[in-house]
Amino acid sequence: MPAIEMTDAAALPADWRDFLALTKPRVMSLVVFSALAGMLVAPQLPPFALGFTAILCVALGAGACGALNQWYEAEIDAKMRRTATRPLPAGRMDRQSALHFGVGLGSFSVILMGVATNWLAAVLLAASILFYVLIYTVWLKPRTAQNIVIGGAAGAFPPLIGWAAATGRIELLPALLFAIIFLWTPPHFWALSLFVRSDYAAAGIPMLPVVAGIESTRKQIFLYSLPMAAAAIAPWPLGLTGAAYGVSAAILSFVFVVLAGRVLASRSSDPSQMGAEKHLFAYSVFYLFALFTVLVVDRWITW
Amino acid sequence: MVKQEDEIVRRQRERSKILAWLLGAFVVLMFFITIAKASLNW
Repeated sequence: MPAIEMTDAAALPADWRDFLALTKPRVMSLVVFSALAGMLVAPQLPPFALGFTAILCVALGAGACGALNQWYEAEIDAKMRRTATRPLPAGRMDRQSALHFGVGLGSFSVILMGVATNWLAAVLLAASILFYVLIYTVWLKPRTAQNIVIGGAAGAFPPLIGWAAATGRIELLPALLFAIIFLWTPPHFWALSLFVRSDYAAAGIPMLPVVAGIESTRKQIFLYSLPMAAAAIAPWPLGLTGAAYGVSAAILSFVFVVLAGRVLASRSSDPSQMGAEKHLFAYSVFYLFALFTVLVVDRWITW
Repeated sequence: MVKQEDEIVRRQRERSKILAWLLGAFVVLMFFITIAKASLNW
C-alpha cells in the first residue's frame, strides 16, 4: 500500500477492510459452524434459501457483537499487544462509525432472521447479541473473574438458533449443545488467559489468572473439563444420537480431560514455557469443530 | 506519495462499490427467500 501524505488523519474515511476486521471473522467462523451444526442435526431442514439466510444472519449477528465489543473496549484494546492493532485502537476508524456499523448490522440480522425463518430464531439471535454486548462486554468482563463463565452463554446460543430456525422450537438436543459450548468456554478462554495474563493485567481486566492466580485457574480448567465431557457424551445415553457420536465424543473428551490434566500438573509461570496451556487452547478449538462434525455425520447416518 | 484527497476519493469509491454489490446481493436473496416461503405455503 503506498504511503499517504497526511494533513488530517481524522478526515480519512475508514477502509472497508477495517469494517471487516471489526466483525472478528475468525471468531465468526466457529459461531457459524456451530449454528450450521445445530441446523443440520434438526429433524427437518428448511429450504436452502431460508437455511442459508439463517446462517448468514447468525454470521451478521456475530459480526455485530464483534463490532460493538471493539467499540466499547477501544481503550482497553489499546493497552494489550494482542489487540492494539485493531482498527479503533490503531486510529484507523472513529468510534461512532464502529457503533453505527455494529447496531446496524445487529438490527438487520435480527429482522432478516425473523422475516426469513421464524421469530423464535430472531428472538434467540437478539438475546445472544444483547447478552454478549450488555451482560458480558459491558457488565461482567470488567467487573468479575467469573466473566467468561456467565458470558459463555452468549457464545452457546448459535446451535439453538440454528435448530430453532429449522424447526421453530427448542428441544433437548440443542439444549445439550448449548450446555457443551457453555461448559467448554471457561477452559478454552482460561487456557488462553494463562499465557496472555500480563496483557489482561495491564488492561485491568479481572480474568481468573490475574485475580485468583495461575494455580487456581489450572484447577478450574480441569474441574470445568469434567462436566463439559459429561455434557458432550450425554446425547448418546439419552438416545439422541448413535454410537458413532458417543464413541467419538468419549475419545475427543478423554483427550481434552488429559490435556486439562497436563495443565493442572504444569508448574511453569513463564508464558513462553506454557506448552500444556497452548496445547489445550489449540486442541479446544479443534475439539468443538470435531465434536459437532461427528454429531452431524452421526445424525445423517442414523436418521 | 498519495495525496490525502486522492486517498479519500479512492476509499469512498471502494466503499460505494461494495455497498452496491451488497444491495444487489440482498435483492437476489430476498427474491429467493420469497420463492422459498411461497413454496412452503403451497
